[in-house]
Amino acid sequence: MTERKDLSINIPLLARVEGEGALSMTLRDGRVSDVQLRIFEPPRYFEKFLEGRGFDEVPDIVARICGICPVAYQMSAVHALESIFQAQPGPWVRAMRRALYCGEWIESHMLHVHLLAAPDFLGFDNAIDMAKRYKSEVARGLALQHLGNDIIQMFGGRSVHPIGVRVGGFYKAPSLADVANLVKKLRAGLAQAEEAVRWTAGLPLPESEQEFVSVALRHADEYAMNEGDIVASNGVAISPSAFEQHFVESHVPYSTALHCTFDGAPYLVGPLARLNINHDRLPQLVRALIADIGLRLPSKNMFHSIIARAVEVYYALIEAVRILEAYREEAQPAATLTIKAGEGAAATEAPRGLLWHRYEVDGAGVIRNARIVPPTSQNQARIEEDLKATIEALGASKSDDELRLLSESVIRNYDPCISCSTHFLTLQVNRESG
Amino acid sequence: MTKPTVAVHKFSSCDGCQLAFLNAGEALLTLSGLVDIKHFAEAGPVDDQAEVDIAFVEGSISTPAEVERIKHVRSRSKFLVTIGACATAGGIQALRNIRDSDGWKGAVYAKPEYISSLATSTPVAEHVRVDFELWGCPITTKQVVAVVRDLLYGVTPVDKADSLCMECKRAGNVCVLVAKREPCMGPVTRLGCGALCPHFGRACYACYGPAENPNGVSLGRRFLGLGLTQAQVANRFALITSHAEPFATARVHFEGKGS
Repeated sequence: MTERKDLSINIPLLARVEGEGALSMTLRDGRVSDVQLRIFEPPRYFEKFLEGRGFDEVPDIVARICGICPVAYQMSAVHALESIFQAQPGPWVRAMRRALYCGEWIESHMLHVHLLAAPDFLGFDNAIDMAKRYKSEVARGLALQHLGNDIIQMFGGRSVHPIGVRVGGFYKAPSLADVANLVKKLRAGLAQAEEAVRWTAGLPLPESEQEFVSVALRHADEYAMNEGDIVASNGVAISPSAFEQHFVESHVPYSTALHCTFDGAPYLVGPLARLNINHDRLPQLVRALIADIGLRLPSKNMFHSIIARAVEVYYALIEAVRILEAYREEAQPAATLTIKAGEGAAATEAPRGLLWHRYEVDGAGVIRNARIVPPTSQNQARIEEDLKATIEALGASKSDDELRLLSESVIRNYDPCISCSTHFLTLQVNRESG
Repeated sequence: MTKPTVAVHKFSSCDGCQLAFLNAGEALLTLSGLVDIKHFAEAGPVDDQAEVDIAFVEGSISTPAEVERIKHVRSRSKFLVTIGACATAGGIQALRNIRDSDGWKGAVYAKPEYISSLATSTPVAEHVRVDFELWGCPITTKQVVAVVRDLLYGVTPVDKADSLCMECKRAGNVCVLVAKREPCMGPVTRLGCGALCPHFGRACYACYGPAENPNGVSLGRRFLGLGLTQAQVANRFALITSHAEPFATARVHFEGKGS
């Protein structure tokens, strides 16, 4: 196309993201002068209607924030509430929560890798069209996604808004027979999960390095899911209870999602941030695969996010097999709780990144105050920063359509869950004459 | 023969009911061979202006823009099916209809003037004609596949509105209301989930909405007998489908009576 100095891009409805949003961007002399990721997902006010509800209703309520990652909401909530009641659910509950979370990582990541992200890199508008040419790859992804759903279903009856989690543990322990059947299926999926990692690593991903701070939970000896300190790649490490001293949400006029900054600056949460910070916590088998595909960590290329998701799925499958092979039935699948007034916070690793909750409860166990900071609002400022950097680095020679696709694929690297953050992206690029 | 056209639209929701399609696995690929999916933004195809034979609508109407958009969806669709508690009954976010949502806006957002949302979250049927409703939070792949299959064969889908107790008894569960004295909503709740909660030994919390001819006040009195406060009984009717008429009536009956 002809040389142009200034351009304005509008994407009024971004596809393949969870929720509704739009993008508008103005380029002036090849520089991005303005970029706004506009989220217009209608607010649903969860934090307010939690007030006045019993603590025991919270896992069922917060699940409804997101159909794709309900387990994450349930996990952050139960940990925060148990910290108030000083409950000690014990090793069985702890292990089963980890297995359950593995299920959600697998389900959410495989949905994103195959149905939402991969079409960007293979030149298709959507996965249904992509499946005509890449039938076995898409079928493999959907089969793995299904394994994730199977794990959630075993612990919670269904994969969307599962009903098995309660404050203190689980309503019911799965039977030995159900676990044995599931382990058999999960084991059979291991080879497919490894193939999926190699497939994502072979995709024609753009080369685009940039500086950013990664933030993730870090645990003393495992790849963190439910526990750990909040650790940043710049060296800061804090307890989840100190979150509000470092992470501040602010409200921008064009979005119903709040923008969160860490010590005043944008930062990254999610699979690539977790791999960057915690790759040394992965078992040897997974680290060997990472080395074999040539992924150097920490990575500064956000397009490696799709590989990071596939790697985490491989890990989650190995971890779920490890936990469930050692399964024993438990007559008391939940701790007995002593209800008391207080305040407590917890963070866990949702598929999309750090998910922080804080609750205030009265002496009767009724919620008086709630605050929830989802991963997508934390990534929003980073997405805008990334768009600016990537478009300026790679955008110069691109047509408007290519620029639009590049912008959308940048956004999709973050797997933004707009339903969580408050759903469709509409990209608007404005090129102005200088 | 030309394939029937389908659209999946999202309004105020958690995206969970669209997963009834996206979690269908290979069935999704089969479905995409049987019908022509014109608009399903989360899955990729975007053409919200397309005229379609069947429109599935997820989500409640909670903003001025959604009030207009649902009218356009209706005018471009032959058969409109609401999927899930949000589209069919206003959803969990309809809890705002009971309480002060303008105050909520101010409490959640630093600059409430940036937020355009209605004081209420309402079902699609309060705005346009709806041809068929699927209840559930979330709906299941089975429900949605059954509707598509019926419509492909020109059959009117059957609305199953019996109480959850029917499904629960057939599943052979021990009654949690009788045996464990748990405040189970099963007697007044529509079947369809598979009686999951009682199967897990816990009380149903009515995520499938009211069954036909429910007697909420009578069940609520039973809950009082189990030791729940009036406010707790009111809360049992005010969760996922609080805006559905039979549940709203029961809630109002118990609300504000003190304990």
